[in-house]
Amino acid sequence: MSYDGWILLTASLVGLVCGLVGALLILRRMAMMADAISHSVLLGIVIAYLVTRELSGAHMLLGAAAAGLLTAVLVQWLHARGVQQEASIGIVFTTLFAIGVVLIATQVGNAHLDVQHALMGEITFIPWETTRVPGLGEIPESVLTLLIVLLVVGGLIAAFYKAWKITSFDPALAAALGIPVAFMHYLFMTMISVTAVAAFDAVGAVMVIAMLITPAAAAYLWTDRLSVMLLLSGLFGVLAAFAGYAAAWVLDTSISGSMAFATGVLFLISFLISPRHGLAARRLRAHAAAGRLKS
Amino acid sequence: MMGLSHNALWVLASMLMLGTAAGLAGCFAYWKRQSLMSDALAHAALPGVVIGFAILGFKSLPVMLLGAAASALLGAWAVTAIRAHSRVKEDTAMGIILSVFFGLGIMLLTMVNRMPGGGQSGLDGFIFGQAAAMVRQDMRTMTAVAAVVLLVVLISFKEWKLYLFDPAFARGIGLSGRLMEAAYLTLLVVIIVIGIQAVGVILMAALLIIPAVSARYWTNAFGTMLALSALFGGGAGVAGTYVSTLGDGWPTGPFIVIAAAGIFLLSLVFGTRKGLFVKAMQRRAQMRRLKPQAVRRDPLAEGEALP
Repeated sequence: MSYDGWILLTASLVGLVCGLVGALLILRRMAMMADAISHSVLLGIVIAYLVTRELSGAHMLLGAAAAGLLTAVLVQWLHARGVQQEASIGIVFTTLFAIGVVLIATQVGNAHLDVQHALMGEITFIPWETTRVPGLGEIPESVLTLLIVLLVVGGLIAAFYKAWKITSFDPALAAALGIPVAFMHYLFMTMISVTAVAAFDAVGAVMVIAMLITPAAAAYLWTDRLSVMLLLSGLFGVLAAFAGYAAAWVLDTSISGSMAFATGVLFLISFLISPRHGLAARRLRAHAAAGRLKS
Repeated sequence: MMGLSHNALWVLASMLMLGTAAGLAGCFAYWKRQSLMSDALAHAALPGVVIGFAILGFKSLPVMLLGAAASALLGAWAVTAIRAHSRVKEDTAMGIILSVFFGLGIMLLTMVNRMPGGGQSGLDGFIFGQAAAMVRQDMRTMTAVAAVVLLVVLISFKEWKLYLFDPAFARGIGLSGRLMEAAYLTLLVVIIVIGIQAVGVILMAALLIIPAVSARYWTNAFGTMLALSALFGGGAGVAGTYVSTLGDGWPTGPFIVIAAAGIFLLSLVFGTRKGLFVKAMQRRAQMRRLKPQAVRRDPLAEGEALP
């Protein structure tokens, strides 16, 4: 496959996997938790690098999963001790992220892992860092990681679809039915972390949030069914990846930044014209209702 | 701090002012339960900074700050609009604005860095903060603005207290809720905007959030909380900035955040109002008081078989 082909495939995989996880994320009202986890994942990656001195997929995934869980546990722990939920999220992730950045600036300082990379990703380098997979030939390491994460995350969502649905919409009912709500919560946190780190290489810490939240929020405006929302969200993610890549090519600028911006444009369009929950539709319905009342 | 140059002293002094002002504004955000809103606003300021630079073609702090304020306010308005006109919740709306505006900022930044002379713009410093890159004029601007914020808070202390803790009563005695809301948002945006050059857009929120939460562990009085939060913010600003000058090209923001986190940990454990240590002592004292009275055993609670 060509250089641009690999980049587009990587970006689409990021959009797809983030879209799937993101749909559950916003239904569970955990958008800011994703913000926190995507930042603290950096610390996990840096520590994994400092311990093993290599930037391989498996170590980074493990480090990131640990950092993500640590964030979730710390936020919960502080919240249980009377700190507002919002404030405890704010404290935990800024601190972990700051430690990560300081470690990079003082300890690492090499070409593989720098602060710029952590923020914006290095999608243009991805096609060159290949690995050999039996049956597939030479493919970029990030693509392999993303494929595995997509399989695992997609598999988990499909396998426990009913449980996700009930725990997201009615945790009390879920607990009454004997579904392990707390376990599902931390499993989901781990899924976010793993998704964040798989996407990290391509789009960096902040733009992951755009890919996670925005396509899902746009999909949320088009449908009331979870299954449709999951599909639409994944689709919007891929669409934003393509649109962002095209915009970056035309303007000759950052691909990850353009992808994040493209998700915003998609959301704006949905916000305005979605037939179900869009602004125009709402106004029209209100107008019609007012007309009916008058006559 | 004997070996510090004149310039370094100026940097430390202006960071002290910034930290103090951020500590005060952070208390307001804390009681409005909008800690993360400050994070969204700080990220949303980035495109404005870059556009401010691109319009002039050279670095002028006032213009860049104006751009930052405009784009942060646009972000705040967008969060409100999304929440009011769709079923998307506030936290999701903040996440969208934060990341999409930041994405736009990075897009523009990459384009500006390719412009002639753009590479030396020092715009990258706005992401993690670079206090060492500030010139004397920048510091004067920062210090003056921070001083104004301090003054505003001191003069209208009573109004803020009413507005935050009993908004209905505040309206009743003729204090305009809208005016206070606007004043609060302006204050928050102004602090964020003057802070981002030194602390960076990503970690600016920490300077607003952490001192306020730390102060809460020491007191229940709002006035004392303000004073302590200001002290903690100022302390973290100075300590973090000082450490970051020890290494070559070390970013300021992360060190300030780590200093603030240290203060938070101390407060969490030793705070005299809600600290873990005090709470454990209270629980022990309570147990001791209760013990002699614990007479009747409850067979159900202890899992014994019923007769």
